[in-house]
Amino acid sequence: MLVLKNPDDLFRYREDLKKNEVKNFISISSGTCGRARGSLKLIEGIEKAIKELKTEIPMKITGCHGYCTAEPNIVFFPEGTFYANLSHSNAKEIVESFSKGKIEEKFLYREDQKTYKILEDIPFYKKQQRILLSDNPFIDPTKIEDYILRGGYTSLVKALSMKPEEIIEEIKNSGLRGRGGAGFPTGIKWEIARAQKSDIKYIICNGDEGDPGAYMDRSLLEGNPHLVLEGMIIGGYAIGAREGWFYVRDEYPLAVKHLTIAISQAKSLGLLGENILGSGFSFDVKIARGAGAFVCGEETALIASIEGKRGNPRPRPPYPAQQGLFGKPTNINNVETWANVTKIIEKGADWFKSIGTEKSKGTKIFSLVGKVKNTGLVEVPMGMTIKELVYEVGGGGQDGKKLKAVQIGGPSGGCIPEELFNLPIDYESLTSAGAIMGSGGMIVMDEDTCMVDVAKYFLNFTQEESCGKCVPCRVGTRQMKEILTKITEGKGTMKDLETLENLAHTVKNASLCGLGQTAPNPVLTTLKYFRHEYEAHIIEKRCPALVCKELINYYIDPNKCVGCLLCLKNCPSNAILGGNKMIHVIVQEKCIKCGACLEVCPKKVSAVIKLSGEKREGPKEPIPVQEWKKMRGKESEK
Amino acid sequence: MGLDYSQIVNGIIEKYNGRKEAIIPILQDVQSELRWLPPEAISLISKRLKISESNIYSIATFYKSFYLKPRGEHVVTVCMGTACHVRGGGKIVDALSEKLKIKPGGITSDGKFTLETVNCVGCCAIGPIVILDGEYYGKVSPNMATGLLESIGKEMKNVGSEKS
Repeated sequence: MLVLKNPDDLFRYREDLKKNEVKNFISISSGTCGRARGSLKLIEGIEKAIKELKTEIPMKITGCHGYCTAEPNIVFFPEGTFYANLSHSNAKEIVESFSKGKIEEKFLYREDQKTYKILEDIPFYKKQQRILLSDNPFIDPTKIEDYILRGGYTSLVKALSMKPEEIIEEIKNSGLRGRGGAGFPTGIKWEIARAQKSDIKYIICNGDEGDPGAYMDRSLLEGNPHLVLEGMIIGGYAIGAREGWFYVRDEYPLAVKHLTIAISQAKSLGLLGENILGSGFSFDVKIARGAGAFVCGEETALIASIEGKRGNPRPRPPYPAQQGLFGKPTNINNVETWANVTKIIEKGADWFKSIGTEKSKGTKIFSLVGKVKNTGLVEVPMGMTIKELVYEVGGGGQDGKKLKAVQIGGPSGGCIPEELFNLPIDYESLTSAGAIMGSGGMIVMDEDTCMVDVAKYFLNFTQEESCGKCVPCRVGTRQMKEILTKITEGKGTMKDLETLENLAHTVKNASLCGLGQTAPNPVLTTLKYFRHEYEAHIIEKRCPALVCKELINYYIDPNKCVGCLLCLKNCPSNAILGGNKMIHVIVQEKCIKCGACLEVCPKKVSAVIKLSGEKREGPKEPIPVQEWKKMRGKESEK
Repeated sequence: MGLDYSQIVNGIIEKYNGRKEAIIPILQDVQSELRWLPPEAISLISKRLKISESNIYSIATFYKSFYLKPRGEHVVTVCMGTACHVRGGGKIVDALSEKLKIKPGGITSDGKFTLETVNCVGCCAIGPIVILDGEYYGKVSPNMATGLLESIGKEMKNVGSEKS
């Protein structure tokens, strides 16, 4: 079995791999989201077609390519031809197209009547600067060879030839700040950990990506696990730790699987373990799986969880750098931060510093999701405006809908209204607007999103995830959630708004850890920017976005209903009366407001409508469509 | 009989060399074998690791991914992440609740289905997401969700008829 005993072994190994490198291959995006859209079936289909057509085509099953809207998708290399939104029934044509070298127009990506051949030309990719994600389409994450071929573990060789202090200086100089949310300078964190006198120190990779709406860490761990692992080994060498831990969410089974494979492959090659590449430095890593607790993203809670305890945060100081895992000095960084470390060591601090703004360096990966046309993972230089990101990369609203806000930073973040979309995305600007960078979830909201409902959603989330240790968070979030529920049910008063604001400030100022301190942010920002929506719920008993169940009604427009029975058949609570060619009527007392009728009513008919705060008169009982038309005709004659 | 979990539990504890701080992965492994954490198993773990049962319960109730009640033959999980929420994830839960006549966290009286919610599975771009027995489905509508249940119902019928 091959063991790399020194840097030259690694370089020779890479040269050997290069001799047999396959340059023509189909790269299939197959992260968790690709799989949810049928990538595994597509792979199966392609394999079958290859056999049937008795041809040989190298296939690479990779992590996420980032453009989730276009899943399942594939790229033909070396040309970079991009086929989007495929189905397993296309398998045969795909294989034929590849083996004949003929582009099948119908599989190409289309946007606004334009067809795009190459991945990089697509508007979604064009404005991005993909540094951490760029290798994903070239790497089968279960093969360390692919990573080494792309230059992997060169940074480690370089780091091992440097003094630990020099590495820390390089990271400090680069201006890298923590990608997990708070944005603390990484180099300074390392320096503190390095300065601790202790025989045992630990490194932790925080992969407890708990912010709903953020999944860049999952994508990195699934698609390019060695990039993160390499950063951790470098970090271990820099601060003087011999042991590292990955803490990965339980909800990410594929990430855990790929990481486990990556660790074992790195170990067997000698890139991990005793005396790495003959440097005398030894480092080992273990994986701890989370168990579904959001608060474990907080560093002290995460440490408690690895130690086999409830994930209760504790007051700091002492900071983990002084007293962390098992009481030893511990340095925790987020997945994306570790990936950046590898790139900074490879390309240098000056290169990294040249990207981004004065205080926020480098790129940041965002998950652009929600009510935006092009959803997916985007990597852009810090300082790009929200407007550029949402409209130029994201393509604006879905179905021409008007955008209202973006929610950044998860449950700890805030909603930034459309008027402020010129804001550059950097740590300071987002904080000044009441949001935070967070881990990079960017949820776009349009006119159909109710901001009071969004605030309620987040408070419901934080209230459930509050560990219960400190009173302001445990009781405060519950009270806030109850007031918000009252408002969404149309039972709120203006006095409630005052109480809500007071509570928000108390919880923010008096909670023990970051969860409580930031939990009121979604409420405070929506109150600040969308107060009129709260007032509409309270004063007019109306939900302007037609979301809050208690304040809306479904109604069938008798002038449009054709009596097709579709809604009647699909109504789960038998609340619709009607018959063939009869105008259907919803019995409001029986309606559970599930919206099934609206969903099934054919688009060209569009008879089912949602209303809030207004009543429409129509037939109380089903009557034949023809009869209604006659009645209407008479009425209009009058 | 039938409730003797000692072989499974002991095997898993040995894998972790009986270390107390491995209690969370031990519970995770036991659960992946048994699909939930029966009281008998917790009692065995408590004795072997010398951690009080109350302590184990305090951990098992803190973390959401532990189940202290049996789960149905099929598990339907609806993602409640923000992106899924703004695209109507709540309606999917309502539709499934209505169809199965259970609330999230509940199990149908015949033991066939458990309905669960999860905070976010990180497939935000293609929400709303439903996971049925570990398989992910994206861009799900309420009707599609209930349709998924029906497809399982049919499969089961087919299996039955093949056997007979």
